[in-house]
Amino acid sequence: MEKLSLFLGCIVPNRYPGIEKATKLCLQKLEVDASDLPGASCCPAPGVFKSFDKATWLALASRNIVLSEKMERDILTVCNGCYGSLADANIELKKDPEMKARTNTCLKEIGMEFKGTTEVRHIIEFLYKEFGPEKLKGFITTPLDLRVALHYGCHLIKPSKERNLGETEAPEFFDELVEATGAKSVDYTDKMMCCGAGGGVRSGHAAESLEMLEHKLACIRNAKVDCIVNACPFCHLQFDKGQLAVNEKFGTDYSIPVLHYSQLLGLALGFSPDELGIEQNAVQNIEFLAKIYEISAGLKSTTQC
Amino acid sequence: MSEELLKVLKAAGLDILSCMHCGTCTGSCPSGRHTGLNTRRIIRDARKNRATVLSDDALWLCTTCYTCQERCPRGIPITDAILELRRLAVREGFMLPEHRLVSKMVLECGHAVPLDEETKKKREELGLDPIPETVQKYPEALEGLKILLKTCKFDELVAEK
Repeated sequence: MEKLSLFLGCIVPNRYPGIEKATKLCLQKLEVDASDLPGASCCPAPGVFKSFDKATWLALASRNIVLSEKMERDILTVCNGCYGSLADANIELKKDPEMKARTNTCLKEIGMEFKGTTEVRHIIEFLYKEFGPEKLKGFITTPLDLRVALHYGCHLIKPSKERNLGETEAPEFFDELVEATGAKSVDYTDKMMCCGAGGGVRSGHAAESLEMLEHKLACIRNAKVDCIVNACPFCHLQFDKGQLAVNEKFGTDYSIPVLHYSQLLGLALGFSPDELGIEQNAVQNIEFLAKIYEISAGLKSTTQC
Repeated sequence: MSEELLKVLKAAGLDILSCMHCGTCTGSCPSGRHTGLNTRRIIRDARKNRATVLSDDALWLCTTCYTCQERCPRGIPITDAILELRRLAVREGFMLPEHRLVSKMVLECGHAVPLDEETKKKREELGLDPIPETVQKYPEALEGLKILLKTCKFDELVAEK
């Protein structure tokens, strides 16, 4: 299916609308046919709801999938968590007729039926497979002279069995998409480590979650980057809001800007930082904002990488 | 319940019997480096049918990053087994208050993280509709979602026992 529906989830529309705006602007510019998905709910978040009750997890996920099936569009997510729930539920329901029948018994109560006619895509996987870094470069109008600490996040690539995105220890596809914008993806210690938010740990065990985050931030700071780039609003929230909480808890002074890939790509496609909601983050790094406004206005030479 | 642990896991396609206790899971765990989570111990306790594994708070320190599962030399679906153990724990009434709260949010608003006034303003600043195109905008869709959750008896499952 070439037509997509944009699945927002919770954190994008309800906490970081800049990611929603940036994604819509990028998709328009790339001429991708992506509509809204009216009436969609929480995916539901895999770390918590899949940990509580599988039938409920499948019922809510399949309801969201059915909304897209009815529109005859594949679902596009911009969140690793939503991808983890929707893609995994979609695969399980397509593979297991018994599970599908049980889930459809629940869906029947609201006049819905899961048919299994749609695919679930993640924006990074979609851009890599449908565009690829070389084609994407053709759209770039504002090459970004930025050093980036890329955070893949977990559920974009794991569990790897059904993802078809290659190995999980040192993947490169996302780095290639970052470098297509002109930015440099800088290697750093424990790059593939989790941000510490998933699995209900951020909500249930906040102190431990922040300890994991602090380790990650220390590694990133050592790499001397301009910003962190992610593809998951929950990782985004952990890195952004969590960074302030880490500073309070550990007496540190981290001020590392955090961008979703849609926002990074948006800059490279010529949109300004305020159109992309970058200033709405909790972390306010004036130096970085000045830098991206300069790049955006074409004041800074982008050839001295 | 304890006697059933292995059977329930196996019925869910999660065979943990081939574990050789090499410790790759624990050594790979990003949470275990900072917290009391010892993945190998959880798998061992489940294998030995120790009911205490369900009341063990460490079960909730896993971020479900799947690194242990990816690296397990025996190919044991460790993270999926932890998720199954969590579901059994919830059925036994072991659930953190914060997780009951997240569940309440979904039961009431259809979102684990619902819209707030601050974000409405941010949306307007960006030229977006203050209310996003989700279940929050469509009362009939929210009503349907609530019926679905009730059909699954999710409200009963997460209610304070």
